[in-house]
Amino acid sequence: MTVNTPSPQQPLDELLAAAPETAAYWQAAAEGRLLLRRCEACGRSHHYPRPICPHCGSDRTAWRAASGQGTIHTFSVMRRIDEPYAIGYVDLAEGCRMLTQFVDAEPDALRIGAPVQVAFRDLGQGYPVPVFHPAAA
Amino acid sequence: MPSAVIAGVYEHPLRKAPDRSTALLHAECARGALADAGLSLADVDGYFCAGDAPGFGALAMAEYLGLRLQHVDSTELGGASYVSHVARAAAAVDAGRCNVALVTLAGRPRSEGRSVGTSARSAPMQVPDTAFEIPYRPNVTLLYAMCAKRHMHEYGTTSEQLAWIRVAASQHAQHNPHALLREPVTVQDVLDSPLVADPLHRLDCCVVTDGGGAIVVTRREIARELRAQSVAIRGAGDAIYHLQGGAADLTRTGAALSGRTAFAQAGVRPADIQYASIYDSFTITVLLQLEDLGFCAKGEGGRFVADGNLIAGVGRLPFNTDGGGQCNNHPANRGGMTKVIEAVRQLRGRAHPAVQVPDCRLALAQGLGGWIGTRHASSTLILERIG
Repeated sequence: MTVNTPSPQQPLDELLAAAPETAAYWQAAAEGRLLLRRCEACGRSHHYPRPICPHCGSDRTAWRAASGQGTIHTFSVMRRIDEPYAIGYVDLAEGCRMLTQFVDAEPDALRIGAPVQVAFRDLGQGYPVPVFHPAAA
Repeated sequence: MPSAVIAGVYEHPLRKAPDRSTALLHAECARGALADAGLSLADVDGYFCAGDAPGFGALAMAEYLGLRLQHVDSTELGGASYVSHVARAAAAVDAGRCNVALVTLAGRPRSEGRSVGTSARSAPMQVPDTAFEIPYRPNVTLLYAMCAKRHMHEYGTTSEQLAWIRVAASQHAQHNPHALLREPVTVQDVLDSPLVADPLHRLDCCVVTDGGGAIVVTRREIARELRAQSVAIRGAGDAIYHLQGGAADLTRTGAALSGRTAFAQAGVRPADIQYASIYDSFTITVLLQLEDLGFCAKGEGGRFVADGNLIAGVGRLPFNTDGGGQCNNHPANRGGMTKVIEAVRQLRGRAHPAVQVPDCRLALAQGLGGWIGTRHASSTLILERIG
């Protein structure tokens, strides 16, 4: 009888086991690229990515590289905590809106409409996720 | 409009209940509402509960209460659940699926130290949005604050205007002996309270309380025989509003759709409503729903709530005359139940005399569950006095 010694499961393994169809997104994130899902039937992009378009229901969707550029749609700063942090929505240049955290920025310097650029950080999950920082003027 | 009526309501008087189980709080609320209707647990053949009920759906509570049921509904819409349950119960009674429907809510987040507003959300990876949101630590207050920030940007809404919502609730709470916070506050008090998540201050946030409530819906003829002081259900609507693949307008809520459905069924307009219970997890929650329900135009909410317009005896639209979730009670972190209960009190003429709307015939109860800023459920009820 063989006994399988369970190897400690990596957080990304756990995520990909639960949602295998998102693997390309996380692989790209690990390589510093932001992907969107675009529908070839209705022409619209969406986030978070799904094989079946939430706009029109078509399954003719494909990965599309995003520029990583956007503007701050809205944000807020969590104050009642030792290290305040800012989250918000970014309007991506490709036309859809995503939730994110802002990094490398003074929370009080953030402004709605300000240009931002994607970066990738491990925020404690064990793998990098897309975050945004102020774009160079 | 449904024939079934609300025949009994009960709000648990406690705001902290460390010596009672959640199941016992449900049971005490059930007995209270049934007694108010002139009924007992043995009469119940339909039971409605949501995620606050311990156990698998309704099973554990049905057993705990000793219910013998022919209809059950554990529809989970967060804090909006109990508003929706009233309409679902009325439909079930009218369809002949049950005769006496009981709705219960209870919980003890205060005793258990569960301040969900500022603690990080957690969710299993099987929930499709988890991987794309949870890493950013979007707690409840942050999500609502982002919508407030955007509303301010688009429409010029101010923190002073939001503060008026808290001021109105506190003016009402001073007359409620059971309210957790009974001291009236000023606009300046709200602005001077610590920022939790910009632009929301501590006094923009609801209370955290133990307790609960219950509602009994039954056939109109049964209520008449019992001489219960019944309230009619004129219109109801449900909706879910979500991110729409990244195209959502964060200054809008599901109340636009659930309200439109409810007003259409009732055949009345917002201007006909004499009293409104509006879900008030945060001040911004109230403002967005008032706009979406049509009490004022989108973007006009700040001006609408300012200068005491929501205060009974002062303004055009008395709201949350029990003190609401802002000052009175937000049992189990779910405010829909108490929204229905205070609307019923108003229509029965049994609100506190200082806040009773004269000759109150038509009222609205609005619930919201989940999170504006991502996804939420909205449920609207339009209720009418009988006789």
